[in-house]
Amino acid sequence: MAATDASPGGTATRGTRLIGAAAFVGVAWLVAFGLGFSPADRDQRESVRILYVHVPSAWLAYLAFVVTAVASGLYLFRRRHSLAWDRLAGASAEVGVLFMGITLVSGMLWGRLTWGVFWEWDARLTTTAFLFVTYIGYLAVRRLGGSHEQRARRSAVVALLAVLEIPLVHWSVVLWRSLHQEASVIRPDGDVKMDGLMLFTLFVGIVAFTLLYVWLVIHRQRTLTAEDALDDAGLDAAIAARRAEAVTAPEAV
Amino acid sequence: MTSWRIARLVAGKDLRIEWRSRVALNQVLPFAAVVMVMFAFALDRLPRPAGAEDSLLESVAPGLVWLASLFSLLLLVQRAFAVETDDGALDALRVARVDAGALFWGKTLALAAQLAVLEALLLVTAVLLYGTEVRASGVVLLIATWVAATFGLASVGTLYGGLAAGARGRETLLPLLLLPVVAPVLIGATRAVEAALGTGGTAIADGWPWVGVVAVFAVVFGAGGTLAFGPLIDE
Repeated sequence: MAATDASPGGTATRGTRLIGAAAFVGVAWLVAFGLGFSPADRDQRESVRILYVHVPSAWLAYLAFVVTAVASGLYLFRRRHSLAWDRLAGASAEVGVLFMGITLVSGMLWGRLTWGVFWEWDARLTTTAFLFVTYIGYLAVRRLGGSHEQRARRSAVVALLAVLEIPLVHWSVVLWRSLHQEASVIRPDGDVKMDGLMLFTLFVGIVAFTLLYVWLVIHRQRTLTAEDALDDAGLDAAIAARRAEAVTAPEAV
Repeated sequence: MTSWRIARLVAGKDLRIEWRSRVALNQVLPFAAVVMVMFAFALDRLPRPAGAEDSLLESVAPGLVWLASLFSLLLLVQRAFAVETDDGALDALRVARVDAGALFWGKTLALAAQLAVLEALLLVTAVLLYGTEVRASGVVLLIATWVAATFGLASVGTLYGGLAAGARGRETLLPLLLLPVVAPVLIGATRAVEAALGTGGTAIADGWPWVGVVAVFAVVFGAGGTLAFGPLIDE
């Protein structure tokens, strides 16, 4: 996990290059199968291909937020409050917000094509939107300033509060929807029977996106480590410079 | 000193500051009233929904009362922590080994007291301006919703207010953090008040499950705040 074994020019190591190459191959494979080899759907025709981006990115976003929660818990409850857990939580949340954004955008486009509307106030969509906003807030908390330990403790508490909040929001939204009328547009459920090749393509998508996630999080975790080190070094350097000024050039003041 | 006594002292201190400075009275309360008037400007001229007995404004009044409460909550929370951070009072309290859980409850009680008055006045405003009618049989439900929602909002407001206290850009961060979290209170309290007032012909019995939602929220964030407040405010 240490940044020191990375090459001086970047955050890549042999391990991440391997994962990166695998992710690249996976995405290329996904493009070939998703756009080329997999068949068009009987009802949704070509628009079904959005599925191969939408479902894997949703799955990755949820995985990323679980990783953030677990890493935050580990930071807070381990006796040695290691900032590595905090940076892992931060890196994972950033990538998670990215994937959740992709999920929402691809889902809205897909919804427009199949349901006729971009957005519907159904429970799952509403909760997903809340999740997205909540983690944008989490990322804002990380940028509040203060010492690294302060940032780590604050953001860990917020991440764990989000774990409390999300089920509550979901529960209340489900209750809220159950009292309103059912959506009047055509729902796609019921006759989505998946062709074998479609299922395989989806599987390829999930593997490719998971590799991409691991690759991004490792790199982001390393740049965060470097940023923190730069912060510390910058402070030390500034103190040293002021001291040197006081010793060498008092007349310049 | 017991935690309860500390909480009472902190709450008393906050309310005394509020009474002497009258910021809530002179600024937050008029703000809430202006919001209610602006809602009327935005919604009053729309035609009555087909087949509905109530005017549009009357049928959305419960939601508007809670929305105005949420906006005012943001101001009250900011005010509650501005008095603590201005002179480093929060740090002084912690250095004096004041228990963080008791501090949390003290701030929450003071905030709840102010919020309770504000919400009651907002409901009166809705009666006066929007033509809302309160029926006698719904009063118990109304009071239960009022108590549960006030404690829920006050505890979650104190929790996130403590988090943002003393940080740069807290004025802009607080709404982003707080509003998504209080969504269950907005949904639950609005539905419960609709049932209590009989908006759109809802029965009173329909309101009680919603009070349950709000009460669960209040308990979860009350407990969460007691535990998490210490780590959040320690520098």
